[in-house]
Amino acid sequence: MTSSVDAGRSAPGEGPQRAAGNRRKWTGEHTLAWAFLAPSVLVFAVFLIYPLLYTVYLSMHGNDIVGNPSTFVGLDQFAEMMTPEFAKIFANTLLFTVGTVAPGVAGALLIVLLLEARIRGRRVFRTGFALPFAFSVASASVVFSVFYNPASGVLNGILYRFDLPPVEWLTSQDLAMWSIILTTVWMNLGYGVLVLSAGLGAIQPDIIEAARIDGATGHRLSWHILVPLLGPQLFFLIVLSTINALQGFGQIHILTKGGPADETTTLVYSIYQEAFATGSANFGGASAQALVLFLIVLVCTAVQFGVIERKVHYS
Amino acid sequence: MSTVETGEPKATGGAARPRRRRRRTPAETAGLVCVYALLAVLIVPVLFPLYYAAVGTFMSVRELATFPPKLIPGGFTFDNLVNVNGAINLDRLYLNSVIMAGVITVSQLATSVLAAYAFVFLPLRRRGVVFALFLSTLMIPHEATFIPNYLMISGWGLDNTYPGLVMPFLAAAFGTFLLRQSFKQFPRELRDAAMMDGMGHLRFITRILVPLSKPTLMAVSLYVFLTTWNMYFWPLIITDHPDMRTLQIGLNSLKSAEFANPGLILAGAFVSVIPTLLLVIFGQRFIVRGLTAGAVK
Repeated sequence: MTSSVDAGRSAPGEGPQRAAGNRRKWTGEHTLAWAFLAPSVLVFAVFLIYPLLYTVYLSMHGNDIVGNPSTFVGLDQFAEMMTPEFAKIFANTLLFTVGTVAPGVAGALLIVLLLEARIRGRRVFRTGFALPFAFSVASASVVFSVFYNPASGVLNGILYRFDLPPVEWLTSQDLAMWSIILTTVWMNLGYGVLVLSAGLGAIQPDIIEAARIDGATGHRLSWHILVPLLGPQLFFLIVLSTINALQGFGQIHILTKGGPADETTTLVYSIYQEAFATGSANFGGASAQALVLFLIVLVCTAVQFGVIERKVHYS
Repeated sequence: MSTVETGEPKATGGAARPRRRRRRTPAETAGLVCVYALLAVLIVPVLFPLYYAAVGTFMSVRELATFPPKLIPGGFTFDNLVNVNGAINLDRLYLNSVIMAGVITVSQLATSVLAAYAFVFLPLRRRGVVFALFLSTLMIPHEATFIPNYLMISGWGLDNTYPGLVMPFLAAAFGTFLLRQSFKQFPRELRDAAMMDGMGHLRFITRILVPLSKPTLMAVSLYVFLTTWNMYFWPLIITDHPDMRTLQIGLNSLKSAEFANPGLILAGAFVSVIPTLLLVIFGQRFIVRGLTAGAVK
């Protein structure tokens, strides 16, 4: 790495009044800046930018049986996504995204607002609600796979207690996606509680106190004072949960493998299936799908940056 | 538990204290009872999976197979914990996960500290543009890059190796973003004084800047460690040798194997969750900082 022994006396960017003798040192520091950025830039270039460009290249080429790119096919791979099967995959992705984000955010909001009431043991409760955050996709999914077991699982046990017939949680076409959604909502709840309670913690206590003195209590305090003040955190949580849901993969791979009858195949799972599931190696088609995923996530992130940027300017 | 309120200055600060002596109206009491009842109803399903994983780990296979399922164990056995180790080579997978998450965390810390230092303290032409480009890498979902990364890294013969597991994640703009904010708060005079004393950049970073930025470094470390520890897609495709799988992939093997039984699955899940559980309980403060970095500014 560039020599770091440098008695730099001037702060960077001191401007035109810099002495002439300092110019060499300034150039040296400029080189040093790039040397410090180099490790990150190298990783980004090799493992993010180049792969993204290569994904574009792959998406415009066919491939042979082992996945090597063959002839140029233009946008054919994208045109292939205009089929009813693909409409199903998009519909599944949409259902999974809305189905996990809406109840997840609403549930987390309800919990943090309840915790804002003058109760004892608030911290213990909050930590309790945050604990699912400790579960990885894989650990949550395998535990829920035990719950979903039709012969010995807890969920059918509950149905049995109410004299209801047992249900095929993961293999019924109507239920499989909802079982995946339930697992995901549970798994993400802790994250939502942590983000929103951090947001509540940042609200000035005098604002809440003033509202209380003015007679706002209970749900009125929550709905008219706290929820609007939580706006930025709620927005952040919605966008991030949406991006997370769009990338949700492990729970589907572990619980249903996209089945039954592709009922739980989302965009990410389809990418995996095309490219890596045994015997396919359709890297071209999978790359086209990966680019569509990239564009959707890009729009979400752009919306997030745009809105947050505006918030910062206004405040 | 009765002292919990005092730890929460934000909601019930000094101004509220005299008012607490006022007696609650019946409506308020009823409201509080409702709040407690709702919280109790909500917390049971939220904690149940953790409870069941913990309890099921020590229940016998026979007991776990009864229907309707028993929720309170009748006996106590270490069989599942012993057997799970044989079933998926748990020690080795644990080690793999620790190595993967550890190496990536250390590497991301080092690269982000250097990059953030360059952005804040060193002269850089078009600083704003370069930083915006840095941040824009956060918009690329890893799933969109996995196919070329897989072709490239397995092409180098690095599938089923530690370098192959960690390579794509050795740097990320997230840490740079967070550390840049923290470095910006660093008192300029202190740095100027250190530089005046002839201290080099690297020594200033390691001796002064890093020790004084510990909370942010903790936030970055915990965030990176947790996300890497939980990673699923990349380890799934870049490894297929049973000895090179990570813990998360091992859990899936436990579930889909011939010998699958709920005791092994719950034991595997429980053991794999212990480190992250401790991080969530004891490192909550830092985790929240990392999680909400984008929400605040």
